[in-house]
Amino acid sequence: MATQHARSAARLMLAPAVILLLGWMLVPLTMTLVFSFKKYLPLRGGDLGWVGFENYVRFVTSSAFWPSIWATLIIVGGVLVITIAFGIALALLLDQPMWGQGIVRILVIAPFFVMPTVSALVWKNMFMDPVNGLFAHLWQFFGAEPIQWLSQASLPSIIMIVSWQWLPFATLILLTAIQSLDSEQIEAAEMDGAPWRSRFIYIILPHLSRAITIVLLIQTIFLLGIFAEIFVTTQGSFGTRTLTYLIYQRVLESQNVGLGSAGGIYAVILANIIAIFLMRIVGKNLDA
Amino acid sequence: MARAVTTQRKALNTVAAWTVGLLIFFPILWTILTSFKTEATAIADPPVFLFFDWTTENYAAVMQRSDYAQFLWNSIFIAGGSTLLGLIVAIPAAWSMAFVPSPRTKDILLWMLSTKMLPAVGVLYPIYLLFIRLGLLDTKIGLTLVLMLINLPIIVWMLYTYFREIPGEILEAARMDGASLRDEILYVLTPMAVPGIASTLLLNFILAWNEAFWTLNLTAAKAAPLTAFIASYSSPEGLFYAKLSAASTMAIAPILIMGWFSQKQLVRGLTFGAVK
Repeated sequence: MATQHARSAARLMLAPAVILLLGWMLVPLTMTLVFSFKKYLPLRGGDLGWVGFENYVRFVTSSAFWPSIWATLIIVGGVLVITIAFGIALALLLDQPMWGQGIVRILVIAPFFVMPTVSALVWKNMFMDPVNGLFAHLWQFFGAEPIQWLSQASLPSIIMIVSWQWLPFATLILLTAIQSLDSEQIEAAEMDGAPWRSRFIYIILPHLSRAITIVLLIQTIFLLGIFAEIFVTTQGSFGTRTLTYLIYQRVLESQNVGLGSAGGIYAVILANIIAIFLMRIVGKNLDA
Repeated sequence: MARAVTTQRKALNTVAAWTVGLLIFFPILWTILTSFKTEATAIADPPVFLFFDWTTENYAAVMQRSDYAQFLWNSIFIAGGSTLLGLIVAIPAAWSMAFVPSPRTKDILLWMLSTKMLPAVGVLYPIYLLFIRLGLLDTKIGLTLVLMLINLPIIVWMLYTYFREIPGEILEAARMDGASLRDEILYVLTPMAVPGIASTLLLNFILAWNEAFWTLNLTAAKAAPLTAFIASYSSPEGLFYAKLSAASTMAIAPILIMGWFSQKQLVRGLTFGAVK
């Protein structure tokens, strides 16, 4: 089909993108890998030579490591459960006939376009502030003692903020998937007397399984790297230090680049494990 | 979905959906409302919703205190520049993969996607170091390059899924009529690809505008965009809710409006075409 000429032109056009991404991936990653085997303290002597796997061992044996893994898992897991459960409910609701569907869609999708620093600060100050926040007013109205959200309930607070940001994304994808469902199938089941619950479990949920998987994987990749939401609220205190934030602190705050780099390599490995699953699903779609 | 529903059922759906929709939108609405209050009204107990003396003094205060225009310009430059640069690199690449596929095309596409999964924090220090060596730290150019690279896979993928929908026969017909490769791209492909390119541009502008890891870590005073401008409000000083709200509204308003136009592309772009 394509001529030899077209093929070499095509290769030439592909080259800049490939070279740029190759450089972007290989250069910094190689440097991180090299640093991870060194004692490297930029403000206290700089490069102090090779230390083998010492940084890797120190990173996982430090007292901050397991709490950071837990914090990461709880935040990622919590946000995933909330956004997918509510996302399915919301998508089903939005799929129903109603007045002003377009406007409701716009309202629901809006949080996704709010920059993370803004949403974190708005939630932190105007809603979760124990004195002047709206939640404090609400609690007082019902005669309850206001909660110190970001210190007493730090993880749920972060999960709430991040879920609010990602619920629109999950809803939109699940809604798109629901809309592609053949309505005749549902009607047939309805006529055969299948109750709502079995229609949901046997028809709707299987149809959504692919979309749910996609939401799961893409959100996991973004959620593993959440940074701004923690940076402007708790700065990693009160048990909100995730793996990403721990590495950030090792590298920039305690200026221990070797140790931080070893942590970075762990994060890269973790992300790759998830990425392999995502790529399989996306790759299958390419053949279709 | 032409199912007959009773008006009663439809009314019920409407009430339920609007309630949930408004609840989700409420934090944004509340921020916008608060931005028009005085600082004293902003923390009034009980809170006031609509019936207060509207004022624009917070916007004036924000403009005066910090150089909002500078941050805004940095955001526009960085988001716009990285998107345009990305398109320049991605359009030829996506074109060649969509129309002259080779056995390795699929692998290349998936590999590009895999670079997107690289955790940013894992390469923060090397980038930081390279930026110092190259004199790129706290420059708009430096940040533009980084954001271009992190969004490049999404740009290539989105364009690729759009280009693939353009029938190849039209291109072949043009070729048969003697059109050169250049003519083919310029006069046949481009007009058909404009809608796809426009949506790619929109979504990537939004993603770059809201990016908050690299923009916070690679800028200081000169090149900081709006994400960093807002982050500077994280240490409160006296009464500041109304001013924070005004600053927030100014940071999100343009992107919110753009976002509403691009919600369909969001699904396509961020799922790499796996959900349509």
